[in-house]
Amino acid sequence: MNITSAKYHKSPTGEDNMVIETSIDGKITWVPLDPANSHYAEILRQVAAGTLTIADAD
Amino acid sequence: MSKAAELAALIGSGQAQGNKNLIINGAMNVAQRGTVASATNGVYGGPDRFSINEVGALVVTLSQDTDVPTGSGFLNSMKVDVTTADSSLAAGDLAYLGHRFEGQNLQRLKKGTSNAESVTLSFWVKSTITGTYIIQLYDNDNARHISKSYTVSSSNTWEFKTLTFAGDTTGALDNDNAYSLQVYWWLAAGSTYTSGTLATSWASFTAANAATGQVNAVNSTDNNFYLTGVQLEIGDVATPFEHEDFGTTLVKCQRYCAIITSSGTGSTMYRDYYSTDTMVTSSELPVQMRTTPSMTMTGSGGTSSTGFTYSNLAATPTLAPASPFHILVYRGVASSARTYIYLTNPTGELTMEAEL
Repeated sequence: MNITSAKYHKSPTGEDNMVIETSIDGKITWVPLDPANSHYAEILRQVAAGTLTIADAD
Repeated sequence: MSKAAELAALIGSGQAQGNKNLIINGAMNVAQRGTVASATNGVYGGPDRFSINEVGALVVTLSQDTDVPTGSGFLNSMKVDVTTADSSLAAGDLAYLGHRFEGQNLQRLKKGTSNAESVTLSFWVKSTITGTYIIQLYDNDNARHISKSYTVSSSNTWEFKTLTFAGDTTGALDNDNAYSLQVYWWLAAGSTYTSGTLATSWASFTAANAATGQVNAVNSTDNNFYLTGVQLEIGDVATPFEHEDFGTTLVKCQRYCAIITSSGTGSTMYRDYYSTDTMVTSSELPVQMRTTPSMTMTGSGGTSSTGFTYSNLAATPTLAPASPFHILVYRGVASSARTYIYLTNPTGELTMEAEL
């Protein structure tokens, strides 16, 4: 799984981060903040390893 | 044992009562993603629930194919077409087709107890490369495995295989919705996975014992590997394949992958109103998925070359999987004006994935 970018997006109310916009294997993929989601688990693993940074939401 | 006693034992085991096949989509009839080219590690394509996993140079195309064993009653197969070969395996190179299970769906195996059940895997296979192949069961909760070998005797010829694995009295599987067990159809393995003695009994995972003897089935772009009629069931014998109607299998697959396409009128996920704040449209998913899914959008015929057609939004919409049963698409509006959005007809498509 090749993740090359990651950025938070806020919820519709604009209060909390709700989803991460990522590029996974060249496809734009929207990943929920759910540890049971295998994409999010991989993002957390790469962040912990220092190989990926999640940009703040606009 | 008399026939009556055999029947009684079969009924008692639960195998004769339906839902005996632990594999989802073993007949390869559901292929929601269609053909997926340039597939590498961890990619799903072709028939649902089966993924390619690889380390090394290998690149494949995964597709649903109508090449099936004659007279078997199957209509479809998984085809793995090698498009970039791995002809010289480095130590750590590997390739296998995998099928993963949730732990809560395997509690009937009673793994980790003195009553642990044996299981039998049966399948049809057709491969360009003849020789020894390995099937491995991997217990992800306890890092344990067991492997068995089978032989492909004739090149590009359908052959039926059955392998029985003993029950494991060590290491219970978690009773939850996470990845607990995987069946590996090994296609190639470097020395990291072949330098030991094949683990033909359950044991703590040792890489060197995982795939000893495995032939390199991906050493040429001329190679194909086909699979169908996959069944994993409790017991020491392979019983006839449990065919399902398409709808039943589709619903099972949608727990892990669901696709929403634009409708004939282009009104899928339609929302139209006078807004001054944020446009939000939502859709319920066809089934409750395993967990909150990831989302991808395909189609470029809509606004700003996206899969959605919209007006008066400040930017391209945000796609937000909100729960295992619904998704949102939203964005702030550009001005006080009529605002609308819909999934572009006919190319707009949303794919939700909650694979293990």
